[in-house]
Amino acid sequence: MTERIEQLRGEAEAAISSAADTATLEELRVRYLGRKAELPRLLREVASLPAEQRAAVGKAANQARQALEALIEARGGELSGAELQAQLGEDRIDVTLPGAPPQPIGGLHVLSATRRELEDIFLGLGFTVMEGPEIETVHYNFDALNHGPTHPARARTDTFYVAEETVLRTHTSPMQVRAMEQHPPPLYIVIPGRVYRRDLDATHTPQFHQIEGLAVDEDITLADLKGTLLHFARAVFGDQRDVRLRPHFFPFTEPSVEVDVSCFNCSGKGYLPDGSRCHLCKGEGWLEILGAGEVDPNVYSHVATTDANAPGYDPEKVQGFAWGLGVERIAMLKHGIPDLRLMYENDLRFLEQC
Amino acid sequence: MRVPLPWLREFCDPPLDVAQIEERLTMTGTKVEAIHRQGAPSAENFVVGRVLSAEKHPDADRLKVCTVDLGEEQPATIVCGAPNVEAGQTVAVARPGAVMPDGTKLGSAKLRGIVSEGMILSASELDLEPAGESSAGIMVLDDMTPDAEFAAGAPLAEVLPVSSEVLELEITPNRPDCLGIYGVARELHAATGAALAPAPWVEDAGVPGDPPGVRVRVECPDLCPRFTARVFEDVTVAPSPLWLRARLLAAGQRPINNVVDITNYAMLLSGQPLHAFDLDRVAGGELVVRRAGEGEQVQTLDGQTRTLDAEMVVIEDGAGPTSIAGVMGGARSEVEAGTTRVLLEVATWNGPNIHRTSWALGLRSEASSRFEKGLQPEQCMHAQALATTLMLELCGARIVPGTIDIGGDGPPLQTLRLRERRVEAILGVPVALGRQAEILRALDLVNAPAADGLDVTVPALRREDVTREIDLIEEVARVDGVERLPATLPARRGAAGRLTHAQRVQRAAEDAIVGRGLREIVGWSFADPGLLDRLRLPEEHPLRSVVMVENPLSEDQAMMRPTLLGSLLDAARHNVSRGLPDVAIFESGGVYRARIGDDAPGDSPAQEHHALGALLCGGLGPRSWRGERPEADFFTAKALLGGMLERFKVAWEVRAAAPERWPFLHPGRSAEVLAGDGAGEPALLGFLGEVHPLVAGQWDVPRTAVFAVDLAKLASAVPEGTTFEAFGAFPVLRQDIAVTLPESVPAREVTDAVRQAGGGTLDTVEIFDVYSGEQVGEGRRSLALALAFRSLEGTLTDEDVAPVRERIVAELERIGGELRG
Repeated sequence: MTERIEQLRGEAEAAISSAADTATLEELRVRYLGRKAELPRLLREVASLPAEQRAAVGKAANQARQALEALIEARGGELSGAELQAQLGEDRIDVTLPGAPPQPIGGLHVLSATRRELEDIFLGLGFTVMEGPEIETVHYNFDALNHGPTHPARARTDTFYVAEETVLRTHTSPMQVRAMEQHPPPLYIVIPGRVYRRDLDATHTPQFHQIEGLAVDEDITLADLKGTLLHFARAVFGDQRDVRLRPHFFPFTEPSVEVDVSCFNCSGKGYLPDGSRCHLCKGEGWLEILGAGEVDPNVYSHVATTDANAPGYDPEKVQGFAWGLGVERIAMLKHGIPDLRLMYENDLRFLEQC
Repeated sequence: MRVPLPWLREFCDPPLDVAQIEERLTMTGTKVEAIHRQGAPSAENFVVGRVLSAEKHPDADRLKVCTVDLGEEQPATIVCGAPNVEAGQTVAVARPGAVMPDGTKLGSAKLRGIVSEGMILSASELDLEPAGESSAGIMVLDDMTPDAEFAAGAPLAEVLPVSSEVLELEITPNRPDCLGIYGVARELHAATGAALAPAPWVEDAGVPGDPPGVRVRVECPDLCPRFTARVFEDVTVAPSPLWLRARLLAAGQRPINNVVDITNYAMLLSGQPLHAFDLDRVAGGELVVRRAGEGEQVQTLDGQTRTLDAEMVVIEDGAGPTSIAGVMGGARSEVEAGTTRVLLEVATWNGPNIHRTSWALGLRSEASSRFEKGLQPEQCMHAQALATTLMLELCGARIVPGTIDIGGDGPPLQTLRLRERRVEAILGVPVALGRQAEILRALDLVNAPAADGLDVTVPALRREDVTREIDLIEEVARVDGVERLPATLPARRGAAGRLTHAQRVQRAAEDAIVGRGLREIVGWSFADPGLLDRLRLPEEHPLRSVVMVENPLSEDQAMMRPTLLGSLLDAARHNVSRGLPDVAIFESGGVYRARIGDDAPGDSPAQEHHALGALLCGGLGPRSWRGERPEADFFTAKALLGGMLERFKVAWEVRAAAPERWPFLHPGRSAEVLAGDGAGEPALLGFLGEVHPLVAGQWDVPRTAVFAVDLAKLASAVPEGTTFEAFGAFPVLRQDIAVTLPESVPAREVTDAVRQAGGGTLDTVEIFDVYSGEQVGEGRRSLALALAFRSLEGTLTDEDVAPVRERIVAELERIGGELRG
């Protein structure tokens, strides 16, 4: 009996060792270890053997079965490893082919992206964002902003009119008085939007975009304006930037200033490392970015509040600053866009660069 | 305004170079926009010479060989072509090494065999005369300034303005007092602390009282606050001396003759325009200032005939109008070569009126651009005094005693209180009271201490500009230096710093579209009125109630766009025509319609809303090596719209629209877009569809799908916040059914029916296949529906949902459906 077991074991071991693939191996497993195979049958029949043979035969059969199982396991591991390797080889692809289906890449227009960037900076400073009408009354666009009756901006050569007393707003500033009529102080707002002037050349388009800022509280000073705009300039143009206030004149602010930011192209030096003049600031070291000032007391006097009990805007009790900046100018400076008109052509080759 | 620096330095001469002066003026509010140079780049190698001899060139008839004493041991040999050169003359010489105004550097040159060691100069060679007006020959310095002593070899710059810097200043509209050199000198004085010379008009050779033989009447004192006139006799009209011509040229004025040059010179210095009449040609010796008649005509100095209206002012004599007051003189009484009697008029005109006249006539002059900013009556006498001195000096004239003066000085000077603490309150830093007083004094704002600050008297020239305390604070701030302010942040009491719901919806909508691969465009708010026809809008269509621009830059920008569609189609055409056929773009921007009905106070004058519109044409996304890509059509646009709207958890649907509603859309492929919060009637957001083939043809684009929605209405439909909903722990049971239906039953009706019948157990129903063909029969189509059932209580089995499924099938049969195998 044990001889037969040894014979079976030897035969099976030889077959398993030479099995060429996992399918052959599975056949061998069924042939030698399956329910109907001889070895398991011998094992099942051990109980019916004479007692003196049982131990020896049972042990031999069991050992043979365990040895074969281990051998199949080992051989199976070898074979499936090799087969997986072969499969992986066959699976090889050209990874440099494009992804599929290709995903189209969208994007905001550089003006929107810039507007949002600026809004976010001022949101971070605690300002809220307001919008206002683009078709505006002469009252809000000029009168309430302390423009004298002969101010040149009122001329039909400079401003678009849609009716005798109605214009396309020439700046986002008319929202100053509108906002103050809607909200009591303190007020911290920015007003992005589209504005219109009758100009067309490489540096002017008849429509463009501004972001107005307005802060009115008990004690807002010109130094606060400088700090706010310094924060803005550094957020947009880099931590090393500085700002400079330069006295100027606007009808609706007093004192009025123009604000320059130190040139980011030449670090405010006016010349480049190779000694040539900086083309961006034209050697000045400063780039003019906006006009601003303390809100003129006359502007407060135009704030009409319907609620007689509202605190109102008494120039002896409140004060604040306002600015107006051009989104196109900031975008052109930041991205080196050479011609303003590119902004409105909507050529995909321009849009895809933003 | 052009300010020659040497002229400025006559009145205020700080020990600063031109760059430092530029910096001081710019940083105190008088911006230097450019620095020009009049004459040579440098005065080096330009010297005074004395001609010792001048002999004919042996080999050239027109040349002379001169020996010229240049103050050195040996005289120089200079070959000169000027006919007027003679021995004994004192002349201007450029030596080798000198750089001429045109940039050429002079060397020694051989002229017909003789080496010339320099050049004897004419006035035009030094830019002392307008180009092309070269007077015959070289400058003879003895003739030009008879009393002067010249040393041979002395720097020429001591005698002539060889090289001057000219500042080009931006004078802000609130500062008409700075439209004269002396006004700028005062600014420089305040900005640098350098001494200011007394005003050049302090000494006046004229006397008050009416001069005989001339009468003036002002009929409209409201428009002419002051009119002054002086009379000069024995005037000799001639070219002005070189220094005066040079100065006018540097300031950008063309020299004419001594009388006209004097008026220009006095204007440039004082800011106040003057006008000289040939008194012998003033008919009747009388001038009348009056409003023009409606349609009255005047011939101005430039030879043009101008038609006036009743708001314009003319000056007339016995023969009719001679000038348009404050704007331009007339040809009839112009000063000419033979003029001997001059009436010098200096008047103040109403600024707004001059502004109006000048714009209405399209006629701007040096005078009108000054008057329209509002000059003060006191300035008249400044200009009269300046001009009188020069008339006597330069024209050999005699003044007829007296000065006509109608109107006199302006209103009394105002005194304002400047509170010391108010300066700090506005600026954020204190400025010492003494410093405040010093700054104001430098600006001629005379002041005296008061209880809480200063009492400041505003001089006549600042009468319009400085009327309140804040104006004084600005003066202190700009001269003390706003660039020195610290950078602080405001208190920001109650500042919230967040976007509104509508603003967040706008950004999210844009981002959703961008995330699906569209590029944002920015179109023009202006549109061509022909757009309405090209969009096939009939007469009564609501989109025709547009806002028109009265003064557009061009006719194709005369209308405010009532829809984004024109901008989107324009951008599509731009790209398609440039070989970029696949266009997927959107715009987020304003559209405008005329307001209908009554305005509420504070309302905007028109109806505006912020719209979001998208356009697809050509293939969607790049072509792929792994299969076809979808082409733009109704459903790709609908999927895009859905992708955006579902981002907002808003109940939305599209419904087939009546074809006349949006005539620019394909009648069979257009829909209205509705959304709501689930309760109540949904709001109409906008439209979705393929562009009508006739409209697409107008823009030369192929099949194009679009949608546009009103973002404000979307924001109202979108809930402000979302609340978590439990989704349960049990799996979903999925079943598919296929049903054939008449083609006339819209898919939406089918899914609504299924949802209705499915009740709470049915989680979702989706259409995943549509088939029509022989198998389902003529006029019918098959829809394959994916159903998902779900319960929060437990795992569902087919048996559990069988009754629900039966109800669904029954409902489908009710609307004409028939279950397929």
